[in-house]
Amino acid sequence: MNTEIAGVIFMYLAMVGLAIPLGKYIARVFKGEKTWLDFMAPLERLIFRLSGIDPKKEMNWKQHLKALLTINCLWLFYAFFCLLFQAHLPLNPDKNPNQTPDLAFNTALSFLTNTNMQDYSGESGVTYYTQIFVLMFFQFVSAATGFAAMMVVFKAMKDKITDKLGNFWDFLVKSITRLLLPLSFVVAVILAFNGTPTSYKGKDTVIGLQGDTVHVSRGPAAAMIAIKQLGTNGGGWFGTNSAHPLENPNYLTNMVEDISIVFIPIAVVFALGFYLNKKKLAWVIFGVMTVGFLMVLIPSIRAEVNGNPALAHLGISQPGGSMEGKEVRFGAAASAYWGVTTTVTSNGSVNAMHDSMMPISGLGQMFDMMINAFYGGVGVGFLNFYIFIIIAVFISGLMVGRTPEFMGRKIEAREMKIASLIALLHPFLILVGTSIASYVLVNFPNINWATKPSAWLNNPGFHGFSEMLYQFTSASANNGSGYAGLTANNIFWNVSTGLIIFIGRFLPIIGPVAIAGILANKKFIPESAGTLKTDTATFGIMIFAVIFIVAALSFFPALTLGPIAEHFSIK
Amino acid sequence: MKTYLLPALKLTVILLVILSGLYPLIIAGIGKFTPGNGDGETVQYKGRTVGYVLIGQKFTKDQYFWSRPSAANYQADAGAGSNKGPANEDYLKGVEKLIDTFMVHNPTVKRADIPAELVTSSGSGLDPDLSPAGAEVQVARIAKVRNIPAVQIEKIIADNTEGPLLGLFGPSKVNVLKMNVALDELKK
Repeated sequence: MNTEIAGVIFMYLAMVGLAIPLGKYIARVFKGEKTWLDFMAPLERLIFRLSGIDPKKEMNWKQHLKALLTINCLWLFYAFFCLLFQAHLPLNPDKNPNQTPDLAFNTALSFLTNTNMQDYSGESGVTYYTQIFVLMFFQFVSAATGFAAMMVVFKAMKDKITDKLGNFWDFLVKSITRLLLPLSFVVAVILAFNGTPTSYKGKDTVIGLQGDTVHVSRGPAAAMIAIKQLGTNGGGWFGTNSAHPLENPNYLTNMVEDISIVFIPIAVVFALGFYLNKKKLAWVIFGVMTVGFLMVLIPSIRAEVNGNPALAHLGISQPGGSMEGKEVRFGAAASAYWGVTTTVTSNGSVNAMHDSMMPISGLGQMFDMMINAFYGGVGVGFLNFYIFIIIAVFISGLMVGRTPEFMGRKIEAREMKIASLIALLHPFLILVGTSIASYVLVNFPNINWATKPSAWLNNPGFHGFSEMLYQFTSASANNGSGYAGLTANNIFWNVSTGLIIFIGRFLPIIGPVAIAGILANKKFIPESAGTLKTDTATFGIMIFAVIFIVAALSFFPALTLGPIAEHFSIK
Repeated sequence: MKTYLLPALKLTVILLVILSGLYPLIIAGIGKFTPGNGDGETVQYKGRTVGYVLIGQKFTKDQYFWSRPSAANYQADAGAGSNKGPANEDYLKGVEKLIDTFMVHNPTVKRADIPAELVTSSGSGLDPDLSPAGAEVQVARIAKVRNIPAVQIEKIIADNTEGPLLGLFGPSKVNVLKMNVALDELKK
């Protein structure tokens, strides 16, 4: 058991240890300073020349958003089309069928938005073409989209009045060529050498030692798994994601994959510090995020390592902790750790089935996604945190009777309206979604649909409610993990979560970019004795309080009906 | 709109070529030099392929080490977990049944010595491993059915046990398929 705890402690230290230099590197890349990946520059120039883009042309925040939305729109149509007709496209050795329109709608939106909620199974629901040329492609570009939006906000936080906020295409391409692609390459090679398949061959059929015939799904999985982790996407090659032994062969790959989930989101916080030369602010943000992270991590590891009390009553031993839905090679501690890292970021890959975890873990995972800013997704995690900062500045400004200012800019009614709307959108989407689903389930359990609502849930009682709450939380947070027992591949769930995913992605990008753009145009007020300092521990506590009040108060009643009630009912 | 649509279109095509065309092809090329040549590493017995090292198989016969229960019945093209909640009554009844079955086949083992992994389904439904403890409790049964001394089986477990990473991190595990191949190889 001690080696399991040592494993997760080492993973955390490695994450932070790698994130700090990476943050420095990211800041250098986007400041245009020299880095050791400058050999990518000719490739970038070629990309820009062929696409007719002038990467030096500065855009204002509205132009940024237009570019972002245009290209995302284009990608959406491309994906929808490919998924609907995938059976007729090349690279389909297993002869998998087309997706139904509602499933294609959900899958396309889900991958476009960095969510990767998978209502299909990779082995049978998609082809090698759609895996690589649609889903994996989106895993790169959706992460790059979030990153580019975040760079706009970074740029806007600099201390001069400007509406020149860099070039969207430049940010998009560079976050791929300088960050996501090189790192993915390294991770994919590590996976390949540990047993993850890389070839384009289809299923293999073997007769096992005992005489049973088995069909083994394969494919060029290593390339996709690398970016699925690094881009906080989470959509696996195989249906059971990183619990699948080919997707995550051993403890080493588990460490590499888990570190890949979190270290870019952490690096981004430090990148902010290096980019704006506000290292103290970066540490305050990192501190708040880390407290939130540990607050959920420690109870979850404890619960999983101690095992399921209901099984203990059956009189068996649980030396490895709670093992339902878990893999022997990772153990309970590393599975709990993954469950938290994948939900604090908007990753959503899993290495154990969350549906079978202890209610305390489920509570933590849902809470993480409800806040969605303790580390957060690539780029967008910081944008969410930025909203909380703006609200915290405003409230504490009012409390001490000073003009609310952040980074030398006055926060006024217009920015606050946007920030509040974005902060309230998330609870709205989750709670309204869950209430509608619960209403339908209770009142029309046997309505004449292809999948009757009475067949949605895999578990009765509080846990069944949690399955629905988790699904909407995951959709709105653009996380993509799920309580996999929920029967989600039907029109109700595909369409409802698809819409929520879409709204939950683009409004929280548009909001912060707009606020930052508006602020950048305001007069810069140099720091004085009257300024509320934002890079102090006191302000850190203030942000934490705002996060806690906004999230805890909105979600507490729903959580009580699900995981909290379940926790107290386990005997 | 045209200022954005045309560059967006061209950029998409170029990125598709680089990210979806070249990148996985290069990884596939490198994969050729890995132990399984990028196709997945297999296990051979008597000159035929009997499975993949990483993909768990169904073992229910008494002369073999049993694998963990699988919600997917070890179908390696449709892996799945049970997704049962920890307090689900039906689930607990199912576990109770698995315990009973195990005790019928392993009459010498005390209930309190059955590790949970042998009566709970894995996440993937394809877990290739057991913990050393999960293998140990099956030794008496296998020794009796095969009529061989227990020490020989203990040795197979010891030979196939992989300790924590670098001796420091993570649990110990032992590959079920490899152990069972070793068992069959015993009878020359």
